[in-house]
Amino acid sequence: MIKYIWLVPLLPLIGAAINGLLGRKLRFSETLIGGIAVGSVALSFLISVAAVYSYGFGGHAEWPRPYLTSQDGFSFSWIPGGAVSVNAGGETAAATGAPESPRFALLNIEWSYQLDPLSSIFMLIVTGVGLCIFVFATGYMHGEAGFYRFFAYMGLFMFAMLVLVMGSNFLMMFVGWEGVGLCSYLLIGYYFDRQEAANASRKAFITNRIGDFGFALAIFGVIATFGSAQYTDVFNQAKSYPIELLGHWGVLSWIALGLFVGACGKSAQLPLHVWLPDAMAGPTPVSALIHAATMVTAGLYMVTRTNVIFQHSQTMLLVVALIGAATAIFAATIGITQNDIKKVLAYSTVSQLGFMFMACGVGAFAIGIFHVMTHAFFKALMFLGAGSVIHGMHHEQDMRRMGGLKKYMPYTYWTFMAGWLAICGIIPFSGFWSKDEILWKAAETTFIPLGWLVWLVGTIAATCTAFYMTRLMAMTFWGKERFLAGAGGEADEAHASAYDKGLAQHDAVRPSAGDRPRHEPGEHVGPVHEDVAHHVVTHGHAHEAGGHEHGAHIPHESPPSMWVPLAVLAVLAVIGGLVGIGPAFRTVTGSEHPGKRLHIVTWLNPIIWNPVTREFNAPEGAEGAEGANHVALVAEAPAPAEGAHGATGASVYGDTGFNLAHAVESSTHSELATEWIFIIISLVVAGIGMLLGGLFYIWRPALAGIWAQRLRPLYVASYNKYWVDEFYGWAVTRRTMDLARAVFAFDSKIVDGIVNGLAALSRLSSRIVGAIDKYLVDGLVNAIAAFIMRLMSPLFRAAQTGFTQNYALVMVLGLMVAVAIFFMRDILNAIR
Amino acid sequence: MLNLISPAFAFFFQETPRSGFEVMKESAAHPDLSKFLVIGALLFIIGVAGVLTRRNIIVIFMSIELILNAANLNFIAFSRFLSATGSTNAVAGQIFTVFVIVVAAAEAAIGLGIVIALYRNKETIWVDEIDLLKW
Repeated sequence: MIKYIWLVPLLPLIGAAINGLLGRKLRFSETLIGGIAVGSVALSFLISVAAVYSYGFGGHAEWPRPYLTSQDGFSFSWIPGGAVSVNAGGETAAATGAPESPRFALLNIEWSYQLDPLSSIFMLIVTGVGLCIFVFATGYMHGEAGFYRFFAYMGLFMFAMLVLVMGSNFLMMFVGWEGVGLCSYLLIGYYFDRQEAANASRKAFITNRIGDFGFALAIFGVIATFGSAQYTDVFNQAKSYPIELLGHWGVLSWIALGLFVGACGKSAQLPLHVWLPDAMAGPTPVSALIHAATMVTAGLYMVTRTNVIFQHSQTMLLVVALIGAATAIFAATIGITQNDIKKVLAYSTVSQLGFMFMACGVGAFAIGIFHVMTHAFFKALMFLGAGSVIHGMHHEQDMRRMGGLKKYMPYTYWTFMAGWLAICGIIPFSGFWSKDEILWKAAETTFIPLGWLVWLVGTIAATCTAFYMTRLMAMTFWGKERFLAGAGGEADEAHASAYDKGLAQHDAVRPSAGDRPRHEPGEHVGPVHEDVAHHVVTHGHAHEAGGHEHGAHIPHESPPSMWVPLAVLAVLAVIGGLVGIGPAFRTVTGSEHPGKRLHIVTWLNPIIWNPVTREFNAPEGAEGAEGANHVALVAEAPAPAEGAHGATGASVYGDTGFNLAHAVESSTHSELATEWIFIIISLVVAGIGMLLGGLFYIWRPALAGIWAQRLRPLYVASYNKYWVDEFYGWAVTRRTMDLARAVFAFDSKIVDGIVNGLAALSRLSSRIVGAIDKYLVDGLVNAIAAFIMRLMSPLFRAAQTGFTQNYALVMVLGLMVAVAIFFMRDILNAIR
Repeated sequence: MLNLISPAFAFFFQETPRSGFEVMKESAAHPDLSKFLVIGALLFIIGVAGVLTRRNIIVIFMSIELILNAANLNFIAFSRFLSATGSTNAVAGQIFTVFVIVVAAAEAAIGLGIVIALYRNKETIWVDEIDLLKW
């Protein structure tokens, strides 16, 4: 099966092509479109599972050696030939005694897929979570005019995302990278007749372009430095480069910086996070698939894939960790005050992505990917749950008009509950394992200084996370039923409040452009419901009466096509973390990384570069050599600081200052106790967050308003998202417009002025020349003609007497002359 | 040199090798060709002068007759001269003369007709008052 992995990206593409090219022409039914889309993704998923199984656990398992389809599967030479000059190697490689790099390398980029520990995890996440979301979307998008279009875009997205994670070189990753960006743009702007959606899609695309620019530069840097874009080539060369310590900017630091700029754009890290919350204008399954589970984790994939390069630059590791921590706390504090259920989840996603980058920054790349995985489960679950709520609430997204929904939507409620416990970090739900491990790694890191700060910020952010997720649960599923009094029906909060104040029309009566999606006045944006007739009547009546009774419906549970994926994801969110049980539980499980290859850290370890041994980690547990890696490390490290955990960083990255874990350990004198102290801290802060959330929004609802008033400046700042959008609007958009205006002025005044001036000049000169021609030249000619005429005319006129005799005289004279000429010779002879 | 310009001068001012009377007598008895040609030329010149100078259209007609007759005289003179040399075509000159006379008569008839028509229209026969050719 392993050699058929090229089918994994291809099948969704074929499905997308059929749906997109024929769906409208042949008027495919929703069942057919959904069947094609879900079927293609399901096939992809099955092939992925079979391939990963045979890769990791099958009879002739290749793990952990990367398997490339160019070995015996489908591949072709994509960008063949061409010598590139390689400008590195010289001093840097000589300094470490590495072999001289060739000055020229033959660049041959092939289109082949690579199956290795990292890409296999992403394949399973993308196709598996994607399958759940596709099934959900067939229910959620029911009744949409653009049903075929939606699934065509989604299939195209699956293709691009799979190319991104399965490509064997940087350029294939870039193709996938741009492809997912495009699909994100298309899907955010799915309701393109709504101004907010159109703006949001443009914003997402442009913000991503900034990141892509950095990524492209990094790829150029990679090719110029290593003469290849193939991962295996590049990383094999890169691992012999010297490590660039803090403040030292070598070529690998610059490449890492470019890569990280790209990751910031795609994964919505500060300062390029602004597009992700706005991306919620897209349909909810899109938010779940693209803007929570898969696409936004592409940055993590890339950073982990290039961990060799990142680990060579201590500066960039620190930058990654600090940006991650800053993003985590920043987005978490915004999430506390948002009222749109999808906005809360969007900021939560940004915050969780910050956690993942935090993990990468402190050198725990495998843990970062672990969090990608658990986050994909619980965040996709919660987004789909939110979609189910929105569906059941007839497109109400404002949590202030929800409440008490657990009675009406039991399946959604219980599955959402699993996601809530997972993201809050309650043992043993999946989020706990990954988040706790990230915080522990931050506390004990020897890769970078300021690990304690990263831990502190991460812990506070985790508290905030527990608080705002509890708030979301409370406002949505518990407490008073507020939906009966609400206005509702709006797709976004800003518009809803404008509608409340009578400033804007209801979505359904706003004019719709183009043929898709068609909205008749009174029709609802989004899926059609069973009670659509009743709905339309209420709409019309409300508008005629000018009242706000609209939206007063009893919420209903979603169809099985929607809650079954929820249930699947809920199971994953509950147990998904068990593949990454932390080393603190070794007394219980009997091993630091129990489950051998099934443990995510063990599984991923071979693709992680070890800065001490300067090689990729040995596949621990492959032949029952559990822990052999650590032993080898201690043995080889020149000066192991203390134990296996401290060994990796200290010797290579120098003194990184105060280390929280070591400080605690020096007082407890037990590594295990130290780890448990941190686990208890993270559980306690999660509990505090949840209790505060419960206190503010369940038991004493009045407290929320009181504290919002008391902390007014903080509340306003958070509610307005720290005015980042406004700042960008002022600093970037407005300045860009100013620049454009200045350039336009330059063009219209100076450039056009020059051209027009030249034109005017040539007109002037031609007028002068014309005058010269007309008056001087013509005048001269005329004057001569007139002169001649005046001079000669009397002469000739005088000849024309009109008297016959005169003419006869001339004739006679002429005759005489003729005779004279005739006899000229004789006459002359006679004279002589 | 004068005799080069006009044969007439040569005729009148040529040196006579013999004196006077016998020469004249003999030349009158056997007039040679050149004397006829000289007479003819004089007639022609008189005619041309008349045509060019006279204002009365009738007189101009008469001058034209002089020109014609100068031509006739030349024809006759050459005819006679040629017959003396034994040419068989000498009679052609006389025939032409008859033609010329006929044509002259016809021309006179037409010309006088024109004159009458002219007079009826312009009430003049003075050519210096007739300058219609100018326009």
